[in-house]
Amino acid sequence: MLKEGRYNTREFLAFTGASLLEDKKTVFVGTGFPIVASMLAQKTHAPKLVIVFEAGGLGPLLPELPVSVGESRTFYKAVAASSMHDVMSLSQAGYIDFGFLGAAQMDMFGNINTTVIGDHDLPRSRLPGSGGANDVASFAQKLIIIIAKQSKRTFVDKLDFLTTPGFLGGPNAREKGGLPKGTGPYRVITQLGTYGFDERTKRLKLISLHPGVSIDEVTDNSQFEILLPVKIATSPEPTDEDLRILRQEIDPAGIVLGK
Amino acid sequence: MEILQEGKGELLGWHDPDEARNWVLKNKSRELKDKTMSAEEAVSRFISDGDFIASGGFGHIRVSMAIVYEIIKQKKHNLAMAGKTAVHDLDILVGAGCVSRVEVAYSFGHELRGLSPASRRMVENGQCKVVAETSNAGYQWRFLAGMMGIPFIPSRNLLGTDTCNYSSCKVVKDPFSGKPINLIPAAYPDVAFIHVHRCDIYGNAQIDAILVEDFELARCARRLIITTEEMVDNEIIRKEPWKTAIPFLVVDAVVKAPFGSHPCEMPGMYYYDEEHIAEWLNLSKTQEGVDEYLNKFVFSVDSFDNYLELCGGTKKLNYLKRRELLREPMVVPWRK
Repeated sequence: MLKEGRYNTREFLAFTGASLLEDKKTVFVGTGFPIVASMLAQKTHAPKLVIVFEAGGLGPLLPELPVSVGESRTFYKAVAASSMHDVMSLSQAGYIDFGFLGAAQMDMFGNINTTVIGDHDLPRSRLPGSGGANDVASFAQKLIIIIAKQSKRTFVDKLDFLTTPGFLGGPNAREKGGLPKGTGPYRVITQLGTYGFDERTKRLKLISLHPGVSIDEVTDNSQFEILLPVKIATSPEPTDEDLRILRQEIDPAGIVLGK
Repeated sequence: MEILQEGKGELLGWHDPDEARNWVLKNKSRELKDKTMSAEEAVSRFISDGDFIASGGFGHIRVSMAIVYEIIKQKKHNLAMAGKTAVHDLDILVGAGCVSRVEVAYSFGHELRGLSPASRRMVENGQCKVVAETSNAGYQWRFLAGMMGIPFIPSRNLLGTDTCNYSSCKVVKDPFSGKPINLIPAAYPDVAFIHVHRCDIYGNAQIDAILVEDFELARCARRLIITTEEMVDNEIIRKEPWKTAIPFLVVDAVVKAPFGSHPCEMPGMYYYDEEHIAEWLNLSKTQEGVDEYLNKFVFSVDSFDNYLELCGGTKKLNYLKRRELLREPMVVPWRK
């Protein structure tokens, strides 16, 4: 278990997400955690990070946490307020460095389900569907996935529905299927650790454990086998200033970060 | 061209390109004529049971709620709807029993507010069918192909996924690059309704915000109802014609509807009415609650002004204006 105290798990996840983003790059964000993490990155180490929203907001200076990826906050003091066609075309043409998404269910190749639990036509649980996720994961150079609750229910052998492409069936499957060359999942963040993908097999591989988390917890909370590195690092922790920005400037209502 | 894969989703609203042109030639007037009418008249004239409808804006942003409520009031049914990130509008139309088929890019959720109890229940008990899946760009480009009058748009998304398997797309070998490419079929919704900032009596409309998909949707829909915050003289349009997002040629009805997006946002003008959305999310947990909501806010009101009064009137609307301009703090009444 992540050692809570100075911060809660959700704050730690947002910080970890932010730390993966780089200055002077573009990030295409989904609702929730990805926005919070991108805002933190912009307010700390990546002031020139360009945040991109699917509905047409390009490079805003977000004044507060948007509830929707299409509201006026998403083009507040932006460099452009255009359209979905514009943003999606830019993405397809190669202008997006990072894609950043939340997910309900993921497999070992970083494929994501946000469509249904159970049968498609008469589902046990109907979820919202792809939204822009399939597009972001198809087009972004590096995809970051955040799953707030890693468990045997969310890290699964077989997805109920493959909504959004990770490495599909494994090495070269994306290129073979026609997806843009060199794109694909880059990092996965959960409450237990930070993961990457094995260069050769394209399978999920642990990079670092969050403070207080054991390897057993990581492997027990997954249906599939997670590859382990020779040397396992500990994930960096947020500073007090990171936490102040998250709590006071980004999400004072605690919508994403909790209270 | 060699077909590598075919989606099994229903091909909603596709027409042969010549048939689509002929429909336009026969049905779309080129005359600058007064198209103003009431929401009641627009819905009864242009929306029929069984139609494929599409709502403009995005999620809870710039949504023509004036038309959504009127569709419910007139008890339209068996409608198919574009789930092109259709959220509050789709949730309430499915909950009310008007929409029973959806092609989903993003539906059944209210983004950060959580999932939609009403429309999810209807899907999970089989009363509403998801006839096809796609993505946001997937839907966007269906409209693009439609507005261009071509049968499909090639794209590099959806490939390799179940979203593609359940879509109405076909994957072929691109004759130029030799790589697999996804063909997204054109969509021509029977009717679209789009809320704008200002419009003249002919239908020339300006939007002071991201256009989302409305540039394309306005041009591919067979019938288009514009609802507008403000009516302006044609001179205003002609003074800055580069601001015209939607030209009169594609418009069939113009409805004056100040605050017509409530409880959704109108960029630059008023923010979401979170209190109202929270009431819907709470009541719609049961079908009885849905009925209670609809009775209170749709069936019992005789005008949109009457509805706004019921939602808190001038005091509430002034608050929503201040909130939009960041002069009031965020409130999250739907948070558990």
